[in-house]
Amino acid sequence: MRVSGAKAVVEALRDEKIEVIFGIPGGSTIPFYDALYECAEKGDLRHILARHEQCAAHMADGYARAKGMPGVCTATSGPGATNLVTGIAVAHMDSSPVVAITGQVPRTMIGKDAFQEADIVGIVTPITKYAFQITNASEIPDTMRAAFMLANTNRKGPVLVDIPKDVFYEEVDYMEAEKVRIGGYVVKSGEPHPYSIKRALGLVLESERPLIVAGGGVIASNASAELVRLAELMPAPVATTLMGKGAIPEVHPLSLGMIGMHGKGEANMAAEEADLLIAVGMRFNDRTVGRMEKFGENARIIHIDIDPAEIGKNLGVDVPIVADARKALGTLADRLLEVGIRKKENEWSKRIAELKEKYREFYNSDESKGALSPKRIMKILRSSIPERSIVTTGVGQNQMWAALHFQVLEPRTFITSGGLGAMGFGFPASLGAKVACPDRPVFNIDGDGSFLMTEQDLATAVVERIPTVTLVLDNRVLGMVRQWQCMFCDKRYSETDLGAVPDFAKLAEAYGAEGIRVENYGDLESAIRRSVGAEVPVVIDVPVSRDEKVLPMVPPGKTLREVVWFG
Amino acid sequence: MAEDEMRIISALVEDRPGVLFKVASLIRRRGFNIATITVGGTEKEKVSRITITMKGNAAIVEQLVKQLSKIPDVIKISELEPEASAFRELALVKVSAAEPAKRSDILNYISIFRARVIDASKDSLVIEVVGQPRKIQAFLDLMKGFGIIEMAKTGIVALSRGAKSASAAD
Ligand SMILES: Cc1ncc(C[n+]2csc(CCOP(=O)(O)OP(=O)(O)O)c2C)c(N)n1
Ligand SMILES: [Mg+2]
Repeated sequence: MRVSGAKAVVEALRDEKIEVIFGIPGGSTIPFYDALYECAEKGDLRHILARHEQCAAHMADGYARAKGMPGVCTATSGPGATNLVTGIAVAHMDSSPVVAITGQVPRTMIGKDAFQEADIVGIVTPITKYAFQITNASEIPDTMRAAFMLANTNRKGPVLVDIPKDVFYEEVDYMEAEKVRIGGYVVKSGEPHPYSIKRALGLVLESERPLIVAGGGVIASNASAELVRLAELMPAPVATTLMGKGAIPEVHPLSLGMIGMHGKGEANMAAEEADLLIAVGMRFNDRTVGRMEKFGENARIIHIDIDPAEIGKNLGVDVPIVADARKALGTLADRLLEVGIRKKENEWSKRIAELKEKYREFYNSDESKGALSPKRIMKILRSSIPERSIVTTGVGQNQMWAALHFQVLEPRTFITSGGLGAMGFGFPASLGAKVACPDRPVFNIDGDGSFLMTEQDLATAVVERIPTVTLVLDNRVLGMVRQWQCMFCDKRYSETDLGAVPDFAKLAEAYGAEGIRVENYGDLESAIRRSVGAEVPVVIDVPVSRDEKVLPMVPPGKTLREVVWFG
Repeated sequence: MAEDEMRIISALVEDRPGVLFKVASLIRRRGFNIATITVGGTEKEKVSRITITMKGNAAIVEQLVKQLSKIPDVIKISELEPEASAFRELALVKVSAAEPAKRSDILNYISIFRARVIDASKDSLVIEVVGQPRKIQAFLDLMKGFGIIEMAKTGIVALSRGAKSASAAD
């Protein structure tokens, strides 16, 4: 089939079974959008017109995480491409398969500082799995196949394909690409090595106080069933990182909730007291482990990760297993069944129950410092929306309150910017998730500061009819920074007061969305219940005191034992 | 192996645009401290060899190797044991050699070190010396006494000893 380069890109997207693409056109991508025009007419490749390229990238990311398939975004050369950068960095830090297609100035102008030229390949190289620049239309089929292959295999991540404008016009014989090869890149089977499994099994059998710490890799590899099976067999309690939330239903008796700086008391104490840590699909981030060299000091550590470079990067471990989380956990459970199961009622499960009991009251108490209690907001949200709803978050206190007090019941239903912590992620990610899963209600738990970074895409949500619900935890401050200033800077609140603007309900209404201001728990609950099936986007403005804190907290550089409970 | 011993990392990479940039960018981003880096052709078309030397302990070198092997263009990468590999560096050094007495001393050292004069003028010599870094350093130390005007080093290239080939392995 003889087609233009632009059509070849569209064909390649079809071959990858891509249904949606998020973006904004511009000079360099006019020919690409011309090819998309026919798709729009046929209705087979939906384009969602964002209002900011950063949002297009976050939408693609939210789509990818909710659906477990690559998300695609596109931008024009220069400013369009640079606007994608934050979104690409988020996807990179959280290993999310996002493919970005950017226009570039025509080949003859590259390097001449032409109008809207930016070296986007140079800019994103450190924050992508790969960045291609196409130099000839004949490269399109193979390059596109390679881009999706790289993004969506092994440890997933973003890939950028930069296409000069004149390449879009060049004619090419389009044939669906065969398998492509890039250097030494091998798509791994992910099978664990029998020897590492044997050694791991030895440690499991010897252990008396095991703890599984599950990270985002468990969700990326769809390993939840295997995780729960292994946990129940051992039995071992399960703590999750922020990215691992949803790997085990948080109502499961073995679930301890999130571990780390803002982790739950029982999860952090369990990590301190365990004699075996099975760390799976996580990377010993400083926010997760507290003081690095003290983490797991008295425990043996099994580290399961698909990326060999994660082994020993932050922490030395006893048994590394370079494997797909699902396969490794499944194999470990199988072996354990073969050798026989341990008795259920042991000292350790008693101790875990005791820890949970000890902290129960703290987590149940709903007192607030004026306005509504964040804890109770999360509980009301949980009990008012269907179990299968998806939740996204902003960054800051709102994110940590969600992580601590909103119980996630299924994998891929809690979507947050974990590694980069990018304010502004939550709202566009909610739109991407809703597009991926139209039959699931999608709620974005946001901060007022975070929401203001990307709220202009309410326009996208209204025009494209993507009805997600945003709860703005409206404390009128950059709350998390203010909390640090309160705790560590002697209450010198430098530049964290946002002032009493805007009126979020009116803001929503200005876009044609629904805006609701609530003043009490009853209003909140009915507003949430009403918006579950809403046909337009909804923004619920929820007042929260600026003096609320995320507690408990492990101060930076401290061990997980050195928790601060009050502040 | 001691902490400060030189370590050699040898990578075969696809000769695509930007591959050196990717390698260099990764080294910078992750804060690895390298001593030399060289790039050049191999027996295969479209495959280049990048040779990196650095000082550091085994864990750091292992991390660098693992991180570099995540770059898809990298076909194969490994650490070369200095004892089990042949490695060479080339230096060009311009020395002032106006006085005849000095000149003959320099020529003496040149023959001891199996170096070569590749350009000569009334007042100076350009000398090429090839060898292991230690030998080159010893030669340069001697030349300092005569006055080095300019000097350039290539960085190290290396191959493993014996009949094995890194690229034949796959
Ligand atoms: C893009 C970006 N800029 C700055 C920060 C630093 N930062 C972390 S939390 C925070 C405050 C967030 O405020 P808000 O969204 O209102 O959430 P709150 O903590 O008040 O719930 C800031 C500024 C960040 N994480 N991301
Ligand atoms: Mg706020």
